[in-house]
Amino acid sequence: MDFLSSLFSFAYQAGDAFAFLVLSACGLAVIFGMMGVINLAHGEFILCGAYVSTSATHLGVPLPVSILLGTLVAGAVGMLLERAIIRHLYDRPLDTIVVTWGVSMIATQGTLILLGSTMQGTGTPFGSIEVGGYGYSVYRLVLMAAAVATLAVLWLIFTRTRFGILARATIQVPHIAEALGVNTSLVYSLTFGLGAGLAGLCGGLYAPTMTLVPTMGSAFVVEAFVTVVVGGADIFLGTAPAAAILAVVKAALTSWEGQLAGQIGLLVAVIIVIRVLPRGLTGFILRERA
Amino acid sequence: MPSHSSLGSALRLLEGPQTLGKGPAFWSGFVVVLALACIYPLFADGYDVGNNVYFFNWAFMALGLSLIWGYGGALSFGQTAFFGVAGYAYGVLTINFGDAYGFTFVSLVLATLIAALFAAVLGYFLFFGRISGVFLGIVTLSVTLVLERFMSQTAGPEWHIGSARLNGFNGMGNMPSLTIPWPGGDVVLYPDVPLYYLTLALLVLVYLALRMVVNSRFGNVLVAIRENPQRAEMLGYDIRRYQLGGFVVGSALAGLSGVLYTAWGNYITPSSMGMTQAALPIVWVAVGGRSDLTTTLLGTLLVLAGFQALTIYGSQYALVAMGFLLVVTVPAAPSGIIIGIGSLFSRGLKRRKAREAR
Repeated sequence: MDFLSSLFSFAYQAGDAFAFLVLSACGLAVIFGMMGVINLAHGEFILCGAYVSTSATHLGVPLPVSILLGTLVAGAVGMLLERAIIRHLYDRPLDTIVVTWGVSMIATQGTLILLGSTMQGTGTPFGSIEVGGYGYSVYRLVLMAAAVATLAVLWLIFTRTRFGILARATIQVPHIAEALGVNTSLVYSLTFGLGAGLAGLCGGLYAPTMTLVPTMGSAFVVEAFVTVVVGGADIFLGTAPAAAILAVVKAALTSWEGQLAGQIGLLVAVIIVIRVLPRGLTGFILRERA
Repeated sequence: MPSHSSLGSALRLLEGPQTLGKGPAFWSGFVVVLALACIYPLFADGYDVGNNVYFFNWAFMALGLSLIWGYGGALSFGQTAFFGVAGYAYGVLTINFGDAYGFTFVSLVLATLIAALFAAVLGYFLFFGRISGVFLGIVTLSVTLVLERFMSQTAGPEWHIGSARLNGFNGMGNMPSLTIPWPGGDVVLYPDVPLYYLTLALLVLVYLALRMVVNSRFGNVLVAIRENPQRAEMLGYDIRRYQLGGFVVGSALAGLSGVLYTAWGNYITPSSMGMTQAALPIVWVAVGGRSDLTTTLLGTLLVLAGFQALTIYGSQYALVAMGFLLVVTVPAAPSGIIIGIGSLFSRGLKRRKAREAR
């Protein structure tokens, strides 16, 4: 019994880490896979989702609806940003990254100036269940389900919808897609919006579990970066398996030495992995090792 | 004499294809600016002069980033990691071993070397793993963010190295300033006029040395790698070694900045490695013009002065302004504002701008 309860404890921690990695990374991965660009304002889209959904909850909107609202607002802001700035830099991917960093600074400090140094949270819903003498938050289990559901929905979007097919065509050979009549600039815009919306979803989902401060985005970005680096360009062949592997690493180190050791271990693991697999798991799975 | 001619050929590298500015006009301008910088303390209060050393402290990190990013084409977003590591190393060394017999200068060198060693280990994994531009940036950024978080939780008394407490989020303080051993009383370099001259001399030295480095064979290969890594490799250069070399030198300069900053303010905190602080060198270098040492140096000092002026209205406003500066300059003037504005007046700069815009 004791063994079973510690097994459950480890599975719970690994699942929790998996959910965190998937949810925080998938928005970044969608944009990276599409444009080869890392959106350094990713953390601020998470911030946006968290603040919008929490404000909505304070106004009496039910939690699922307010999370959806956070997702939509972040997505809309993302599309706006793409139209206003990112669009003009497609031929200079490295500069795009630098510009998104500027956006991130403006957003963090702007939030600090306009909304103050903290926002009142809503508290974690659903309470907890007890397994083998320890309490486990039910909401964390909901987050795990949400992570799996997000991956499933993304799979459906990219394989079953017209947008998904056009997006994949644009990823593969943009010029040919354009020649065949795909409105690639619209596809880019929608993809950026999708990535930003996923970041907003992450923010909305995690908002009830954490302190809301303007710099909260940076709590997510390291994990998100690391997952995308290990994963490589493809969200299903890369991000998801990378998140699964890293979650086990992180959970093991966290239960052994604490939260921070988990994070440091993650980073060290990544630095070693890129030495061996420069194109990430995607490259390994597709056998295109450099 | 061979030594004379090798000195001569080294000096000839001060001008070359990789640096802007040549001939008597540029160098007389250089001498005028240097002379103005030298006589400035005569017209200002010692306290203000000491404060202004602050600007020079950061310039080393900016020059290093210019070498890595502007010349080598490798995005390193985590230069503050080396800044912080060297700053903390200086603190630990000097708190443990004191400031007698010129040990502060030994610590300066050791701390810079520690940062360089750290950069060499990290850089080995990155460059020999042939990491592309984007990943290099986010891995280095992750390193500095994780270091910040690590140092932030070292508040407890169990976190100490020798007699130096790490002090967590509040940072480490009370390390001695740089001290010159002198018969009849050590000269302690508080933020005042002597420290100003020392830092200025160091800056001029580093600037001139870097000019020679980038115009040497090494620098030319670095630029060739930036322009086209495959071509450089086909020509027989082991590009990984060159990139690693550039990265280590640039990061050592970030470390030097960290040491000088820590010795100047007797203070270093984890937030010096955080997201905001990591963004600032990117702003200075991108806005000034990363692909040239001179524009980087001028741009950095200019942006720092502007930042300082804005901080009067609150540092969060100043940071918003820095963000805007980045968002506006990078799309509008990819080679930086100095070359951007200069190209309105000079045909040579115009050609260069056109070349870089491609």
